[in-house]
Amino acid sequence: MANCFISLSIFAFINVLVFLPVISSNGVETKASQFFGSGHTNNWAVLVCTSRFWFNYRHVANVLSVYRSVKRLGIPDSHIVLMLADDMACNHRNPKPATVFSHKNMELNVYGDDVEVDYRGYEVTVENFLRVLTGRLPQSTPRSKRLLSDDRSNILIYLTGHGGNGFLKFQDSEEISNVELADAFEQMWQKRRYNELLFIIDTCQGASMYERFYSPNIMALASSQVGEDSLSHQPDLAIGVHLMDRYTFYLLEFLEDIHPASQANMNDLFKVCPKSQCVSTPGHRTDLFLRDPGSALITDFFGSVRKVEITREAVNLTAAVEQPAEAVFVRRPAKSEPLSYVDQLPVAEIIHQKPKQKDWHPPDGFILGLWTLILLVFFKTYGIKHLKHIF
Amino acid sequence: MAAIETEKQRGRYAALAIAAVVIVLGIPLWWKTTETYRAWLPFSQISELDSLQLQLSVEVEVVFSRGTLSPEQQKKVPLSQTREQEHQVDGKTMLRYRYETKYRTATIMEEDALNQPSAEEADLSLHMLSESACGSVVVYIIPESSTLLPADVKVYVGKRRTALLRATPFEGAGGLKEVLSALEPQVKQVANTMSFNHQDILAALSDRIRIGQVSKESLADSMRALKSSPGYEITFSLLNPDPKSHSLHWDIEGAVNNYIQPLLDKLSPLANFSVDSQILYYAVLGVNPRFDNSVSAYTLNADSLAHVINPVEARLGSNAASSNPVLNFLLYVPDAYHSPLFIRDHSKREVPSNAFHSPRWGGIMVYNVNDMYEPEAEFPVDISINMAKVMGVFLAQLRLMLGVQKTQPPPGFVLQSPGSAGLADWELDRLMWSRSVENVATASTTITSLAQLLDQIGNIVINDNIAQQVSSAVTSLQAAVAELEAGNLAFALQYSREAILASERAFFDPSLLHLLYFPDDQKFAIYIPLFLPMCVPIVLSLLKIAGEIRQRRADKLAKKD
Repeated sequence: MANCFISLSIFAFINVLVFLPVISSNGVETKASQFFGSGHTNNWAVLVCTSRFWFNYRHVANVLSVYRSVKRLGIPDSHIVLMLADDMACNHRNPKPATVFSHKNMELNVYGDDVEVDYRGYEVTVENFLRVLTGRLPQSTPRSKRLLSDDRSNILIYLTGHGGNGFLKFQDSEEISNVELADAFEQMWQKRRYNELLFIIDTCQGASMYERFYSPNIMALASSQVGEDSLSHQPDLAIGVHLMDRYTFYLLEFLEDIHPASQANMNDLFKVCPKSQCVSTPGHRTDLFLRDPGSALITDFFGSVRKVEITREAVNLTAAVEQPAEAVFVRRPAKSEPLSYVDQLPVAEIIHQKPKQKDWHPPDGFILGLWTLILLVFFKTYGIKHLKHIF
Repeated sequence: MAAIETEKQRGRYAALAIAAVVIVLGIPLWWKTTETYRAWLPFSQISELDSLQLQLSVEVEVVFSRGTLSPEQQKKVPLSQTREQEHQVDGKTMLRYRYETKYRTATIMEEDALNQPSAEEADLSLHMLSESACGSVVVYIIPESSTLLPADVKVYVGKRRTALLRATPFEGAGGLKEVLSALEPQVKQVANTMSFNHQDILAALSDRIRIGQVSKESLADSMRALKSSPGYEITFSLLNPDPKSHSLHWDIEGAVNNYIQPLLDKLSPLANFSVDSQILYYAVLGVNPRFDNSVSAYTLNADSLAHVINPVEARLGSNAASSNPVLNFLLYVPDAYHSPLFIRDHSKREVPSNAFHSPRWGGIMVYNVNDMYEPEAEFPVDISINMAKVMGVFLAQLRLMLGVQKTQPPPGFVLQSPGSAGLADWELDRLMWSRSVENVATASTTITSLAQLLDQIGNIVINDNIAQQVSSAVTSLQAAVAELEAGNLAFALQYSREAILASERAFFDPSLLHLLYFPDDQKFAIYIPLFLPMCVPIVLSLLKIAGEIRQRRADKLAKKD
């Protein structure tokens, strides 16, 4: 018995000795493998709401909730292209101006204080959307309106609005077809404008929009299959319209649990909003995606987790020769007296103020003229002899 | 009866005349007015460019100093050799490397230079003797017993384009050929370090080829360095979260002029650089550092570093008016409460530079100032930042971001640090090789995919300016490939830059938008209401005329019988 135990422990000890160098060399491996987990170094998001008019409030709320999650998880505004086809927060029919709610009882205001809309109102057109994707913008377009991605960018594209079998309606007057979208993505791939693309669409018959994709590294999710309608979630009686679509509502609920260090992967995202909750059947497409969806983290697309390396070396620089005296100027002038602001709100004056004496002005020329006319007419009519009755 | 007949005849002539006008005038007019203007493009030349065949030539000069060759071997030198290596990367890409090696013995002045006490001085005096051409490599073979290099160092690579290689003693008698073949692998290793090697070129071609062929280190290097672009914006930011305690002064203009500008000037053949700086007050890191009792300082461990960048980036301003990539270098001075602040790496060890960087974004350095003033000093304290130390770290990070610095050199090699010059000449050459290849590959894929797109979609208008850009891109590409073959690196880079500028301008021209996608059923839906009402009477009357002619012929035939 004791012999068994001794031999077993010796065996275990030898095993540990053998595997120890393997474990320590894994430290070097993980540095290189940390890079290759996802292969991207920056994140972009293109969020588009394509419908206007007050009764399409829910589409704007959809996009703003995704915007909010994406910003919370770390993607900065400079890397988000937000396109809203209509302004719900400042709409005349909004009983709560400057807010866009996503839940009834007005629990969550997704409009917030720091929303940066890049394309608004009538600027949201099929042409502008395709120009943003392919990069064919006029020279004068500012940086905030461009998608400046490179071959190591992961891009999230979210579209919502009214759609049909093979098309998505923009602004109630034009439409983008699934063939055009697939060609735009292929042109992006030809110029290596993305590393991986996640395409989410929340419209009726949304699955038809990703049927025609043929470029590699695209993963697509849709809220309903061909022939099904995507339904809205719940109306709010105070605001009077439906606040959100079901799919995006449950997507937002799912994303609220994700934090920047979360390890949730895409398989969890596919389970969002099953048929019992969504009434329509959400679909997804992963055959063009080269990695296993289980290894793609949610934060690979929705967040912006940076890869970081420690700087091991520094260049040895000698301090420069002291600049001649005129460059060295006195930085600290004599202490000046502390400055103070003028009293911005003189409350004492306001509360106890007496009505200001109005200065007497001579009567207006008009009033003078009017009375002269009246007097003239009177004396003309009744004669000058009545003058003594007046004075 | 005759009147009816003439009427019918007139009717027939009228119908025929209308049909004639429609066919002869109408159809060509309609065709001409609905065709899109497409300028001529050199499609045949573009399809030739699709299969990339690159030849890279490098000149290697091997100089034997006294004591490395026996006298009878010396008689056969000078001698030159050419070696070629071919790699078929995939179906469409082939690379050929050509090493033209010239062997000679050292001149008297070079021998004097090699007699200097240390390797740096030898390198300096060798450089003063002759200037080597851009892209070439000069290797000086020094005898085994030489004291120039320490014992374990086999190769010393200088700041310019020269290297000192310690010859291994050659056992056994033999002619020059044996000596040269024994030397060849070592010279090849030096040439691979100082000019191009296969892995670097494959990484530069990573757009065209499958990822599996490139080694992990090269892939990590290519992910870290920014891609080739006509210009870069560099922004230096000073983050002061506690202006009440620290009043910071940094002479950024002087520091940039002294330390960064020499590097950027040397890199000017590759790209344009624009540098600016800003100071941000009350900017916090967004991550709470932990207090470490063992060193009585605050520490940031490596896992939390990734979450530092995003909150800071949201606050950084940028005056970039162009679409060029931006590199940010941040100097963070911790607030008085959290000083000193140290960064720990994954194995919890201290980092001497106290800085970290993020690939394709930039770097952050934490600068502790708590030892520059007494705790009882009057706040705010005036602090002048030591720009040499700061710029040393930023310069190292900048070299990594621009793709200058690669992974570790082979064992036994010592690379002289370029110091205040910023960049060694051979590092610049190495960068120029990979950038030229990258530019040529990118420009050719852009042009071929543009040609494919324009070919597929018959409706896109091709304006004259696009045709001109495409033609100039094609000519520049052909010139760049020719210059690479001839070994003129500077000209090759210049032509490749022109090619990539022209091809990008042509590809991203706003007028090329593929909005003219008309599915066939929509085309029918547009034309039928226009043309059908017009064509139906004409076709019917033509058919009637044809029927009457056939009837008359049948009558005539019947009459004959």
